[in-house]
Amino acid sequence: MKAVITVIGRDTVGILAKVSSACAEKGANIIDVTQSVMRDMFTMIMLVDIDGLTSDFSDLSSSLEALGEEIGMKVHVMHEDIFNSMHRI
Amino acid sequence: MINTKDILETINMIDNENLDIRTITMGISLLSCADSDAKRAAEKVYDKITRSAEGLVAAGERIERTYGIPIINKRISVTPVSMLAAASGGDPTVYARTMDRAAKELGVNFIGGYSALVHKGFSAGDRELIASIPEALSETEFVCSSVNIGSTKSGINMDAVALMGEAVVRTARLTADRSCIGAAKLVVFMNAPEDNPFMAGAFHGPGEPDLVLNVGVSGPGVVRAAVAKHPDADLSVIADVIKKTAFKITRMGQLVGTVASDMLGVPFGIVDLSLAPTPAVGDSVAHILEEMGLETCGVPGTTAALALLNDAVKKGGVMASSHVGGLSGAFIPVSEDAGMIDAARDGTLTVEKLEAMTAVCSVGLDMIIIPGDTTAETVSAIIADEAAIGMVNSKTTAVRVIPAIGKNVGDELEFGGLLGSGPVMKLNDAKSSARFVRRGGRIPAPLQSLKN
Repeated sequence: MKAVITVIGRDTVGILAKVSSACAEKGANIIDVTQSVMRDMFTMIMLVDIDGLTSDFSDLSSSLEALGEEIGMKVHVMHEDIFNSMHRI
Repeated sequence: MINTKDILETINMIDNENLDIRTITMGISLLSCADSDAKRAAEKVYDKITRSAEGLVAAGERIERTYGIPIINKRISVTPVSMLAAASGGDPTVYARTMDRAAKELGVNFIGGYSALVHKGFSAGDRELIASIPEALSETEFVCSSVNIGSTKSGINMDAVALMGEAVVRTARLTADRSCIGAAKLVVFMNAPEDNPFMAGAFHGPGEPDLVLNVGVSGPGVVRAAVAKHPDADLSVIADVIKKTAFKITRMGQLVGTVASDMLGVPFGIVDLSLAPTPAVGDSVAHILEEMGLETCGVPGTTAALALLNDAVKKGGVMASSHVGGLSGAFIPVSEDAGMIDAARDGTLTVEKLEAMTAVCSVGLDMIIIPGDTTAETVSAIIADEAAIGMVNSKTTAVRVIPAIGKNVGDELEFGGLLGSGPVMKLNDAKSSARFVRRGGRIPAPLQSLKN
């Protein structure tokens, strides 16, 4: 199973590093990352494998959302199925 | 990897356009709880509801966390209680109190099914249940009530219409100290669907399985935002845009329903494709109509715009879901829709225009606040008119009006929460309908051919 992590906000140093280490800590394996910066606005989308999570999904999302608040970014963690079902026939 | 644009679109819909799952509603059959002893029946009802829906709220919360999609309400609908009252006799309010206790224990938002189906006539328990509705709704917090007074195949039971006018007024009076809130939890139906997940009209029809899970989606804000991206497009394009948006919204409902039914081990029933507004800014059906080009909801053209919207929502949603049911269409509850509230306040939206709108949208005269001195006969006559529209057009219609006791046109009534607030609207009732209503009897079922 995979989840999509999105991070949106003002660009600062070390966002990718902080989010990646939080993922590693919870056992989420990063498969793909795409990011862009437009006029200081940072958008990163990360696809992670969640089969090897050390705790449950809810714990991963709360810790990443808390990290987001700490660094002033909006973080969403969502199961990939929601995007697959909404955007694919 | 999934398309970046699609991911950001979904997140934008949830964060900025109020996309949500409005409700997951578990339908529970109480037929196995019928007993000649009301007290014993009530115990069985409590046990069955609390046992069957034990994991409902937790499952809903887990889905919210996993998919990042808010699920606003977790609800329960049960078999029309008049059927239990038929077996036990006695005062049916014991069942209302039991339902309320079970809802509180489970932490659900509402429990519906304090209901009777009397479209052709009254059987044992029906009259008692209707007579007890005002007390039941004034003594409970979570219970919702509905009564089906007619159908296209059986006509309109005008004796029941007369009783329901009285029930609406008395319910408002008994809850006058709480903004007449009881009347907001009472729906009078024509052609009531048996699998509707939306309150206040949800009940678990006798043709349904023992347990079932139904999902109601929402998303007027998303549709409005999609229409706003095409300010100069013609209406064919607008209909397509709405269809595509409705498809996406419904797919989400289908996903949530499937996952929830797996988690709970309860069969998945239907997705109700409704655009259900909330009083929040940006979550209004009226604003979609205004985005289409009407200055204010209620001006000439409103009925046509609503017909387009309602049809496009269904066309888009049907393909996205394996089973569609319930009410499925655009809701137009005045006090729950910021745009409708504004239009009613400035007088552009009238009760008569709303009545016309109900001929082309999913439900009926919904959450309309009327003067507190409105007579029961006038409420009955409003119910009869609305029922006639549903009967002739083979569609569901309903009336949920709230007589604002002690208030008149120009005043406002505030319910709070999803029920919202709104102005008292003027009725055309200077002259009386009483003699027509008092005749009683049945309006025969209409001809289904020679349609003109």
